[in-house]
Amino acid sequence: MMTAAAAIVRKDLLMFFTDRRALIMGFVAPIAIASFFGFIFSGGRDRVTAAVPIRVVDGDGSAISVAIARGLAADKALAVQGGTVDEAREAVRTGKTTVAIVVPAGFGDAAGQAFFGGAQRPQIDLLYDPSHAPELAMVRGILTQHVMQAVSAEMFGGEQGRRVTERSLESLAAPGSTMPEADRTALADLLSSVNRWNARTPSPAPPGASPTPARGLTMPYDVREQAVTAQAGIAYNGFAHSFAGMGVQFLLFACVDLATGMLLERQLGLWKRLRAAPLSRAVLLGAKAASGAIIALMSLTVTFAFGMAVFGIRIEGSWPGFVAVCVATALMASSFGLLIAALGKTPQATRGVATLAVLLMVMLGGAWVPSFVFPAWLQKVTLVIPARWAVDGLDAVTWRGVDFMGVLPAIGVLLAFAALFATLAVARFRWEED
Amino acid sequence: MPPVLAADRLRKSYGALTAVADVSFDVSAGEILGLLGPNGAGKSTTVGMIAGLLEPDSGQVRINGAPLAGDTDPAKRSIGLVPQDLALFEELSARENLRFFGALYGMTGSPLDDAIASGLEFVGLAERARDRVKAFSGGMKRRLNLAAGLLHDPQIVLLDEPTVGIDPQSRNAIFDNLESLRARGKALVYTTHYMEEVERLCERIVIVDHGRVIAADTVKGLYGMLPASRRLTIELREPPTDAVLAALRAVPAVGAIDVAGGRGDLETVFLTLTGRTLRD
Repeated sequence: MMTAAAAIVRKDLLMFFTDRRALIMGFVAPIAIASFFGFIFSGGRDRVTAAVPIRVVDGDGSAISVAIARGLAADKALAVQGGTVDEAREAVRTGKTTVAIVVPAGFGDAAGQAFFGGAQRPQIDLLYDPSHAPELAMVRGILTQHVMQAVSAEMFGGEQGRRVTERSLESLAAPGSTMPEADRTALADLLSSVNRWNARTPSPAPPGASPTPARGLTMPYDVREQAVTAQAGIAYNGFAHSFAGMGVQFLLFACVDLATGMLLERQLGLWKRLRAAPLSRAVLLGAKAASGAIIALMSLTVTFAFGMAVFGIRIEGSWPGFVAVCVATALMASSFGLLIAALGKTPQATRGVATLAVLLMVMLGGAWVPSFVFPAWLQKVTLVIPARWAVDGLDAVTWRGVDFMGVLPAIGVLLAFAALFATLAVARFRWEED
Repeated sequence: MPPVLAADRLRKSYGALTAVADVSFDVSAGEILGLLGPNGAGKSTTVGMIAGLLEPDSGQVRINGAPLAGDTDPAKRSIGLVPQDLALFEELSARENLRFFGALYGMTGSPLDDAIASGLEFVGLAERARDRVKAFSGGMKRRLNLAAGLLHDPQIVLLDEPTVGIDPQSRNAIFDNLESLRARGKALVYTTHYMEEVERLCERIVIVDHGRVIAADTVKGLYGMLPASRRLTIELREPPTDAVLAALRAVPAVGAIDVAGGRGDLETVFLTLTGRTLRD
């Protein structure tokens, strides 16, 4: 029995290594595509994130609008160009610019009056490319920051601010104001105080104090960003995720090949010879499952070895955990292949359906993009996708640095999927040969 | 001599269709039994049940008197299957194919190496042992298909239309192989719908149609089932001379004399003209 089982495994491996297409799909494709996705999503270790191209059309030319344009231009998240409204609109329409900010004439004065007094707020037009909605939200946030800083800075010390404050005081004193008396008095006191503040001569800073603080309102906090990885000082390596995802995807493809190979053997009459030999069904299917698992494991090993050698992927967590996740993933994939062989009729028809099933499985399993970017409900749904556990398990032992106990749930679930697929395959396998 | 193989009232149905209904026959050592029938008659289903590929609905297969029991019955080692399909791995060499099929029967090491060498020699493929099967001609594949079924030296050989689609040289070589196996005491079941093949090889013939045995006898016995014919075959000790032919024509009851003719004779003409050497 063992001789026969070993012969089946040996023959399957021999067939795999003589099939150029299988070798490309098993080793070259996952490495090439994982490298590509790694470059796209990881940003590399020293790469600067691409700035969002925008245009700023300053139709006002006031101190406030100039300060806003200057602030936007200095923001490293944006690549700012100027131009007219028509040029900006054309640039957005043709996809060369993501967002155009149009500051209208009179914006500075109107914004200053609206800042304190409840005057009507002026409008800034945002012309945007609808295919870049996320960037629009980002640009809106950055614009808000720079508008608030520019308007408040001008209102507390700028020439334009002084003029606007005086004009506001005059309009409060003029007859016909609809504002309640108490509110008018309080606002007049506030504006008078601002006027006195603006008219004062700044005091020299005491020794050791910071230089003159910025005028106006500033952000009342700073952000300290910290990427939480395996350990302090270990940078996130985005290639680890892409290699996990593509590794899982292509080992599933390898097992689809195993399944269609079994169907082809049946079609060619080879399965008759296997069934004519005094071998149990367990030996026949077990040997096939072993072949699939070995091929899957080789594919995963070569893929990660390349990622480690070339892109610096490291097993920051448990090495035994990494090996166990790989073995459990390979067993899950090979039993998935058996199930396909059990359900399929012809190799040609089965390959198409199985390829679609694998693509859906890996897409929902987070092999292309991490599952945490999915909506919450979809993240819960994808827990029934075995590829999700495989990718999460590999992520856990690589860049997340999780220990063996931490990946036990993933290993357990993958083995449970392997058992489920194998049971279904045995139950549905067509043993009789026509 | 007790039969080596006995099929006893084998029955197999697929839904409402009865593919094989109570088929019985037996084969002894050193005998070639012809299993004849038109397409869809139930020949392959019968062979499938004997080889263990299909489970009979009722009836049993007995090997040396003992019922065949299940997938792992060691008695299956006594059976060699030569399927109608060219059941070979095209990407592997002839030797690698045989190594795999031998290992399925637990063969390893030098016994396996020896069996591979003698198997390839037997079918005339020793010089092509290292070549991939995909480079073989149809006749070579058929012969390797035969060698794969014989590798574990079975007592019984089931041959399901083993000469489909090959040239006369390869077919003739396979016939020689089968006669050699009979001489070595093997029991062969030869399934085909080519009458002349059965006539050449088989002592006894079982004819099946619509899943049932409709006749089972020797070739002579089967001829005896036909009504008396106006045709009489005379085999001469040497080619006929003009005098012999004239004497035959002089017999009043004789209508026409046909010296040569029929497919068998045409094949003899072909082999005489082109030679019996294999064209690999």
